[in-house]
Amino acid sequence: MAELKGTRDGYGEALIELGEKDSNIVVLDADLGSSTRARKFATKFPERYFNVGVAEQNMIGIASGLACTGKTVFASTFAIFATGRPWEQIRNSVCFSNLNVKIVASHGGITVGADGASHQSLEDVAIMRCIPNMKVIVPCDYEETKKTMREIVKVKGPYYIRLGRAKYPVLTNPDTPFEVGKGHIFRKGKHVTIISTGTMLDHALKAAAQLEKQDVQAEVMHIHTIKPIDAELIAASAKKTRCVVTVEEHSVIGGLGSAVSEVLCSCCPVPVERIGIQDKFGRSGSPEVLIKVYNMDVPDIVEAAKKVIQKKD
Amino acid sequence: MKEKRLSIDFFIVNELDAQGLISPEWSNTVIDEKKIQHLKNTAQKVRRKIIEILGRAGSGHPGGSLSSTEIIVSLYEGIMDVDPSQPRKMQRDRLVLSKGHSCPALYVMLAFKGFFPVEDLDHLRQWGSHLQGHPDMKSTPGVDMSSGSLGQGLSAACGIALAAKIDKRDFWTYCIIGDGEAQEGQIWEASMFAAHNKLDNLIVFLDFNKQQIEGRVDEIIGPLQYEEKWKSFGWHVQTIDGHSFKEIFHAVDTAKKSRFKPFMIIANTVKGKGVSFMEWNLDFHGTAPKGTEIEKAISEINDSAF
Repeated sequence: MAELKGTRDGYGEALIELGEKDSNIVVLDADLGSSTRARKFATKFPERYFNVGVAEQNMIGIASGLACTGKTVFASTFAIFATGRPWEQIRNSVCFSNLNVKIVASHGGITVGADGASHQSLEDVAIMRCIPNMKVIVPCDYEETKKTMREIVKVKGPYYIRLGRAKYPVLTNPDTPFEVGKGHIFRKGKHVTIISTGTMLDHALKAAAQLEKQDVQAEVMHIHTIKPIDAELIAASAKKTRCVVTVEEHSVIGGLGSAVSEVLCSCCPVPVERIGIQDKFGRSGSPEVLIKVYNMDVPDIVEAAKKVIQKKD
Repeated sequence: MKEKRLSIDFFIVNELDAQGLISPEWSNTVIDEKKIQHLKNTAQKVRRKIIEILGRAGSGHPGGSLSSTEIIVSLYEGIMDVDPSQPRKMQRDRLVLSKGHSCPALYVMLAFKGFFPVEDLDHLRQWGSHLQGHPDMKSTPGVDMSSGSLGQGLSAACGIALAAKIDKRDFWTYCIIGDGEAQEGQIWEASMFAAHNKLDNLIVFLDFNKQQIEGRVDEIIGPLQYEEKWKSFGWHVQTIDGHSFKEIFHAVDTAKKSRFKPFMIIANTVKGKGVSFMEWNLDFHGTAPKGTEIEKAISEINDSAF
């Protein structure tokens, strides 16, 4: 059993690590710094940390001004407030001018749990990846979050990093390969490709293990960078297995499932089953219950794999 | 012009007079008559060029460009420390034209200063031109921040001023917002932030031209008590005649001497200022002059006596 750790904890720790190396980093928070873990930065660098108050549109605007004066800016709040509330500010004040603003949001997805629908961001990846210049990364665990942070500070321009609220299994270690824009195959197979993003990798791997018992060899690919997506790797795997299941803790409209389908429909049209939120709002409940109720659990992935294999040529 | 303003906007001007906010005492140390004459000549040239390029483009926003002309001319002809040969120099003053639709005035001024060739102005709003319909910092030399979507520029200006504070740099950040624009909630988020963080290196002009695209600002959504609003948000506030170079320069001088608070200059202006048939005429908020209107406007500007 893998150790459980928050992706947001990886964020808070990486911020301090990066802040020590680079005095140009400024962190903004819209009064949720304790929850996003951005506030950790304030304990070390109070002069470079600003809680703008409950004012997300202004936070993005401040970030744009800081960035066009040479700062590397991290702006954090919950995913729904980081992307939905200031969407147009992100588009016009940040992305249009390709400014160096990294939006790192916690509380993405249904596993926010008890807080319910208003706080469960299920559309953020869709509305971020459609903006030109914006790049989107959804790390699978604590370790990968830290690696993501170390990489994105090296590249100027806007990023959206989606993290969760819960504790998730740590599936990677400091030596696991990580490159922005590159998918990673965690398990090789030939009958079906299961592509997951974020913390759903754990479910995808468990589903593959169950499928193996039924003589189905599933290839499991983790796509942390949803934009720019690793089209080459996805196409190569799909050409081999001839069918794909996508798994994400996000609406199937506009998220990983859409992004993968966009790749496949132009270069390798094969049947795709999309596991995710099926055009619904969330509800209160524990993360485990919600994953079950919204049909995103391991048995759901297994069933989807079998179904999509049936649809193969 | 004041009579006209009284007749049309009696309520607003009367209110300002009652507050004793017009005509403070001036000294000649900040700006002399010779300089004022130069600024007036420049403003005349800028206005003429605004009409020409909007006429050629066939679209754009004359009203707000003409109301903010003196403010923009003042900033680039004596207030801001900028170097047209190094538009991205770190040690420079910055302007965020938050009411981005007034960019024809900014573009003309930047061209006159030498940030780019004056001939470029002929291609405003055309395919291939670096002069976009609304300001694009990536395209146009001298544009410090992209804008156009109302309400966002003041936050960006706060971010720039904050960066100066963090790095202990002594440049000034200027911002021009509109009165219609002040209906955006983000303006007030930014206003709180600027005061809370004591951004006394931030000087903002409110181009109070009293009209917005669909009508008079006070008829669309009041109240307009801008002085009280910004004072209560923790700002220094001064109200001036936004077409008086003397008042603009003195207000900025006062702002630079003020400490611990951001500074709001409420500039009473006339929408469409300088062209009789455009003044107070809503048709020219977002519609370019055409045909004989262009000739008439240019001839009026040429004939205007200072």
